[in-house]
Parts: sequence; structure tokens; C-alpha cells
Amino acid sequence: MRRIISILLLVIVALGISLSLAKIPFGTPKTKVGRYYINKGIKETGAANIVTSVVVNYRGFDTLGEVTVLFIAAIGLGAVLTASGREKMRKTEPASMVLYTGCRLLFPLIIIFGTYIFIHGHLTPGGGFQGGAIIASGFLLIYLGCRERRISRLASNLAESLGGLLFVVIGLFGLVSGGYFLSNFLPKGTANELFSAGIIPIIYIAIGFKVGSELTGIIDNLIEES
Amino acid sequence: MGFLNSYIYYIGAFGLILVGLYIILVKHNLIKVIIGLGILDTGVNLFLISVGYITKGTAPIFSRPGIDSERMVDPVPQALVLTAIVIGVAVLALALSLAIRLYQHYGTLNLRKIREQKW
Repeated sequence: MRRIISILLLVIVALGISLSLAKIPFGTPKTKVGRYYINKGIKETGAANIVTSVVVNYRGFDTLGEVTVLFIAAIGLGAVLTASGREKMRKTEPASMVLYTGCRLLFPLIIIFGTYIFIHGHLTPGGGFQGGAIIASGFLLIYLGCRERRISRLASNLAESLGGLLFVVIGLFGLVSGGYFLSNFLPKGTANELFSAGIIPIIYIAIGFKVGSELTGIIDNLIEES
Repeated sequence: MGFLNSYIYYIGAFGLILVGLYIILVKHNLIKVIIGLGILDTGVNLFLISVGYITKGTAPIFSRPGIDSERMVDPVPQALVLTAIVIGVAVLALALSLAIRLYQHYGTLNLRKIREQKW
């Protein structure tokens, strides 16, 4: 009975969607603001990657809100999992030497790749969110491969807090010197160079640290619970 | 064929959304409901990206001088989806942690058997 009602509901939803989408053509430019960002973005922000200039510069305040959502989700996860005392760690079999050595060999390479991704966020595809996710995947490898190793909770919390603080402090500096929150007060330089685009790379480094340590904290909490 | 070519991404994205909705509505296992949530999330992201696509478009990055800016795809949906993916991962992790708590409390993941759960 419930299955039939659900399928009926889905059919109604699908009909509504297809009726409303039939008039929206695929593959044509739709928004004017996107065209504006493409035409003016490189002059106004100095970042070669227009997506980055939208995320960090034009919609920087929005990104601050999204980082906050991520932060609250990580905090909520920690609170839910640690609410009722944590029982003893189960005994795990030690990993074989091949797995252990392979993980320890791969870990620094993954960290370097993640760092490259978030430092070059204004030049190439990538940025703080992606680089942070890559760094967290490196820590996940360590957690799965070298089972008895744990990251320091203090260092992770420090990286997370400093990342968030750097973002807000740079925004406040912009408020003081440029007149509005997160204004780009540093020199923009020439596009397509590493030291260009003013505050964009600095904010992306802060986001990279924050996202990386938050996702690592989530992995840490979930693995200790399992 | 022309219809399929011009709408294939919309069809795929909404296929994923409908599959996710169906799983959420019908399945009783909490883990399966969370998997459905993940599929729904992917569908929404794919839909946003395909709305911003331009036929034969390129990435909105001025990686070399003299690149044709007319064919660049819309950067706004890409910027939104970029953050939405990371937040989706965090929300999924939060849902899984709540599932762990529920399992420890009730001893089951079946939504029918959990008390105070009406449907």
C-alpha cells in the first residue's frame, strides 16, 4: 500500500518537473550575472579561475556561511557521538607490513597534492574545499592502513580554529580598509601568477586547513565509534 | 533522438532525484534511507551543473591568454555545487552518527520497529 502511494507521489513529482523543465532549453546561457563574472571577473578580482573568484570574492560572505554550516555539522557529529561515554576501543589486528609501509609512503604525497590544490585554487581547477577533502582522504588512509595511529586532537582543533579565525580576520581587515566586509585590500598583481588575486589565495588556504581538519575530525569520531 | 540529446542531463539528474526520493519513502532500513539521501544529493548537484552548461562549453578558467570567453559555462552553479558537495558529505556523516546512536538506543535500524516513529 505504502509502495503504491509512494510511486503515485513520484509520478506526480516527475510530471510536475518535466512540465516545468520543458520550456527551459539545455545548453544555452541563462543568467546575466554569470556572463558578467566571466567578462569582468579577471579584471575585478585578478583570479584566473572565475569559479574561485565567485566563491571567495563575489560571494565570499556566502562561503563564510557555508563554512559555518560545515563547522556546525562537525560539532553536532562530535556531540552526538560523545554524548554517552565512549566504551573501550575494540582490539584490532595490526596491519601487515606491506599495507603499513604503503600507507606511510603514500600519506605525504597525498598531503602535498592537497596542499597544491588549495594553494593554486585561483589558477587551476580546485581550491580550499577540494584540497581539504584530499587532505582528509590522506588521513583516512592512515586511519585505515596504520590502525593504531591517531592524529593529535589538539593539532586538529588548532588548525580548524585558526583557519576560521583567519577567514573572519581578513574579512574584518577588508571592512576597515576597503569599506565592506571581505573587500580585496591586497594588490591584485597580474593574473595567472601564483602571487596574484589579493586575499583570494590566503582565504583559500584558511578554508583548506579548516575543511581538512574538520573532515579529519569527522573521520576520527566515526572510526573511534565503530 | 534530438529530444534525448538535448535533455539527457536533466533526465539523468531527475532520475537520480526520483530514485533517491523513492528509497527515502519506501525503505525501512535507516542506512538505506541515508543512502537514498546521498543519491538525492548527487542528483540535485548534477541538475545544478547541467543548468549552467553551454553547448560545447569550456571551464570558466583563463588558463592561457586569448582564450574564448564566449564559450565558457556559467560559473555561478559550479561555485554553489562546489560548497554543496562538501556540506553534503558533512550532513551525511551527521546522519550516520545519529543512526549509530539510534542503533545503540533501540538495538535495531528498522524504522518500523523503532517506537515513536509513526510511519
